[in-house]
Amino acid sequence: MKNIEFRTASSAQGGLVVMAGVPGVAAGSRVQLRDHAGRVRSGLVIRSADDAVLVEVFEGTDELDLERTWVRFLDEPFKLPLSRDILGRVFNGAGLPRDGRPPVISADRRDVNGEPLNPAARAYPREFIQTGISAIDGMNSLTRGQKLPIFSGGGLPHNRVAAQIVRQAKLLGEEAAEFVVVFAAFGASHADARFFQESFEESGVLNKVVMFLNLADEPVIERLLTPRAALTAAEYLAFDLDYHVLVVMTDMTAYAEALREVAVLRGDVPARKGYPGYLYSDLAEIYERAGRIKNRRGSITMIPVLSMPSDDITHPIPDLSGYITEGQIVLGRELSNQGVYPPVTVLPSLSRLMKDGIGKHFTREDHPHVASQLFASYAKALEVRGLAAIIGAEELSDADRRTLAFADAFECRFIGQGEDEDRSIHETLNLAWELLSMLPPDALTRVSEEELAKYHKGGEA
Amino acid sequence: MGKILEINGPLVKLELPQTVIGEQIRVGRQGLVGEVIGRDGDTALAQLYEDTAGLRPGETAEGLGWPLSVELGPGLLGAIFDGVQRPLLAMRARSGDRIARGVAVPALPRDKAWHFVPDPARQAGGSLAGGDVLGTVQETESIRHRILTPPLIQGELLELAPEGDYTLDEAIGRVKLADGHIEKLQLFHRWPVRTPRPFRQRDHAVAPLITGQRILDTFYPLLKGGKAAIPGPFGAGKTMLQQQIARWCNAEIVIYVGCGERGNELTDVLESMPELKDPHSGRPLMERTLLVANTSNMPVVAREASIYVGITLAEYFRDQGYDVVMVADSTSRWAEALREVAGRLGQMPVEEGYPAYLGSRLAAFYERAGRVETLAGDHGSVTLIGAVSPPGGDFSEPVTSHTKEIIQTFWALSKELADARHYPAVDWLESFSGYVSSAAKWWAQHVDPNWESARAEALDLLAASEELQRIVNLVGVEALSSEQRWTLEAAGLIKEGLLQQSAIDEVDSFASPEKQFALLAALLEIYRQGMKLVKLGAPARRLIQMPLLAQARRWKSQHSSDDIAALKAKIAAIPAAFEPLLQEYAAPSTPREASS
Repeated sequence: MKNIEFRTASSAQGGLVVMAGVPGVAAGSRVQLRDHAGRVRSGLVIRSADDAVLVEVFEGTDELDLERTWVRFLDEPFKLPLSRDILGRVFNGAGLPRDGRPPVISADRRDVNGEPLNPAARAYPREFIQTGISAIDGMNSLTRGQKLPIFSGGGLPHNRVAAQIVRQAKLLGEEAAEFVVVFAAFGASHADARFFQESFEESGVLNKVVMFLNLADEPVIERLLTPRAALTAAEYLAFDLDYHVLVVMTDMTAYAEALREVAVLRGDVPARKGYPGYLYSDLAEIYERAGRIKNRRGSITMIPVLSMPSDDITHPIPDLSGYITEGQIVLGRELSNQGVYPPVTVLPSLSRLMKDGIGKHFTREDHPHVASQLFASYAKALEVRGLAAIIGAEELSDADRRTLAFADAFECRFIGQGEDEDRSIHETLNLAWELLSMLPPDALTRVSEEELAKYHKGGEA
Repeated sequence: MGKILEINGPLVKLELPQTVIGEQIRVGRQGLVGEVIGRDGDTALAQLYEDTAGLRPGETAEGLGWPLSVELGPGLLGAIFDGVQRPLLAMRARSGDRIARGVAVPALPRDKAWHFVPDPARQAGGSLAGGDVLGTVQETESIRHRILTPPLIQGELLELAPEGDYTLDEAIGRVKLADGHIEKLQLFHRWPVRTPRPFRQRDHAVAPLITGQRILDTFYPLLKGGKAAIPGPFGAGKTMLQQQIARWCNAEIVIYVGCGERGNELTDVLESMPELKDPHSGRPLMERTLLVANTSNMPVVAREASIYVGITLAEYFRDQGYDVVMVADSTSRWAEALREVAGRLGQMPVEEGYPAYLGSRLAAFYERAGRVETLAGDHGSVTLIGAVSPPGGDFSEPVTSHTKEIIQTFWALSKELADARHYPAVDWLESFSGYVSSAAKWWAQHVDPNWESARAEALDLLAASEELQRIVNLVGVEALSSEQRWTLEAAGLIKEGLLQQSAIDEVDSFASPEKQFALLAALLEIYRQGMKLVKLGAPARRLIQMPLLAQARRWKSQHSSDDIAALKAKIAAIPAAFEPLLQEYAAPSTPREASS
């Protein structure tokens, strides 16, 4: 069947083509379309019956002349050729080179949809990754094999934060980063893509990076393929070549919007805000490809960037993502406007795997309690700040004023840090104690009495 | 033999005459499995439990003649199954780290022999009815597996095997049915998951399920055989709380269904359970635990089935006379799977895209919980705890609101509490329990007669503090009277010293009912002592500075449940801590009245 060209397209609209009278086409099979100008587009079969086959065309259906379109069904799923040579390369969303170099030749071609990992084969992520960013390391630690998205909004420095993590991430005891990076951009601007490219270049890791770019002005449907192609490459690097892979994907919102666009064309029943009911399952297929596997050396750690429409964390995209990912780093406009970088809003931020990757055997024995105390003290301090805004700071008690000073120092010195500042976890924890010492020991009930004696710097009540 | 007409996502249209709805089918060259969900003349609509990529119109389809069923027998405990009861450990041995399609592995191991001890009451020639115990197999140290007669069997027992080792495929007996048919009895039988297993009658639930979590047991109790829901936005600690319950509750069997949730969470359970000890029996927790895992990246149709697989397994152990807890994380994913399939069928959506039958399906599912008298005359129970993941944390969405009408205990998780790292983030104002009066009888009998009044006092204090907090937020704490400030402080003490409980602190993770009550009584004692002083005119400021308050906040993690005596000693010493202040304010010849 793959050598026959059919010219039976009966309708085309918004990236979908219906082919009539092609019996026995495999669901999910890859399709090649040749238009009247001889340009070749690719697509996927998304519904197959003997009388009509529905094809999703990645490059879109613009300027497609139904009578002069020739379609071949390739009879296999969408596959990505893989070899060690992909490192240092730049591909488009469908895995074709966009760096002017020849395509990757390999007998090893993998279905980009992957296969679900058997939960019994997973190894639980426990190795602490030091990002050098206090707000993350101290309070929302990342572990190897985790998926920890950055929830952000338009105009916030999520790209800079992601790039800083890529530059600084390492395991404790390691000197330099020994990660390879898979970078996927979908719906991102050219400027964003260039920013990352330059950042990789500057830190000299370009030959350890694989990029998959589908930019804002490029075909929307291809976006559905981009993360899958990138993750197929990541799985190969991690589980065949034993690399520790850091996957950075931006922007998941653009992906979900592309999914909605196609769903509407397909006539799927919408669930919330027009997004299809399978948005959750679809996002899960992507996010759940992060992780570790028993008896394999490599790992996939995932940092997706997601811009929350109108900064709304309850919007379906961040909401469903939050239910799948293992926490989230939330960036906030308020902190950013105050000039704090990175503007990590720590209270709604969370790392679910933190509890198992920190403490005595991993970072330092006081880490869990310190993190919990910072959260509690800062939450309390924000209440006081809210109060001060109403009744005026003059009316506050001494204790409250100290709490307020703590909040200010915490935001400026603990959360805030330089874009090139790489703090070790010890520096982060010591800084935490320095700030907690601004509060009386009695107010610190989340840390043990021994820890108070050891680390609290005087500060009597 | 039929054939495939159309493939649309997980749905396939088949030419398959004479099939019935619910029948299992096998399609295509790879032999993918699914079930029929609709029929129109000679065409049938089916949903597949596996990814449909690569299937083509024209490939074969066959009906298997039975509905989705599970295998029930020895080998269940400690296992991890997918949403249609495929054993994931055996699958891994067969097909590697990833779940390949079309792999058929029996749910229970066929090569393993079990030591069967026949029940002396069963004699050849005697009558045999469904649910009767044929004998036992000691499956793990702590659990004796009772081999049950399949529920629908009724007849004369022709023979029963003597004590010895048997595999599942071997016959352990024969029964002659009323119609003269002779049926083989084995160590296991099958049961269709969408049909509740029969029992003699429903019983009243009487004993509380002790989870070791103070906010649950002391404030919003659940009974063995009851139904509870845990709704909460993401990050509110739903999974953590459910894992705590699965770890510490005093049920005999725990079934944990991961329905559309994270793979790593299941891995965590799998890796940690064998190391943790059951606080009640001292045996590894895995010996009483069974996992059903259909993670979010596994096919959506099997996700819908996984909840039914879990509850059927729970009923099976209930029928052996055990108290079973089933934790379903999360019922929202199950509802979404329902919605996804309904959407593909083009069914008219009602609220948020959910089909109109959402409420009735949920209700029917929760009704499978309960304490019953089994067919064999034993008593067993299934306690059902369902997590709900409301989009955006909005409790008015369809799944949460329908669930709220069905369940009796509602453990509402709050994003605000979780953000302040108050765990478990169970909101004491939003939560409720319809089982308080039944639980009170148990607590009065087994722990302390004052449980109900102490609980009420603490809840009143918490409610009062909520009012006061609103005032403080408006005008500052200085506007409160001493009495009000002390109320606020005492409520804070209860929140931090009692309600907050650390899952990762070894001592604090589990609290026995005795410890729970001791802590509650202690903190209330501090409150009352302080209130007495405030009424005598002592300013709340001085009370708040007492070191006792900071100390009391740490008691929960200083004394384990085995160390109640030391805790009680501290309680006894509470009045002494107030003595100096009492001397100071009670000393004047005319007692001062508190200014309010």
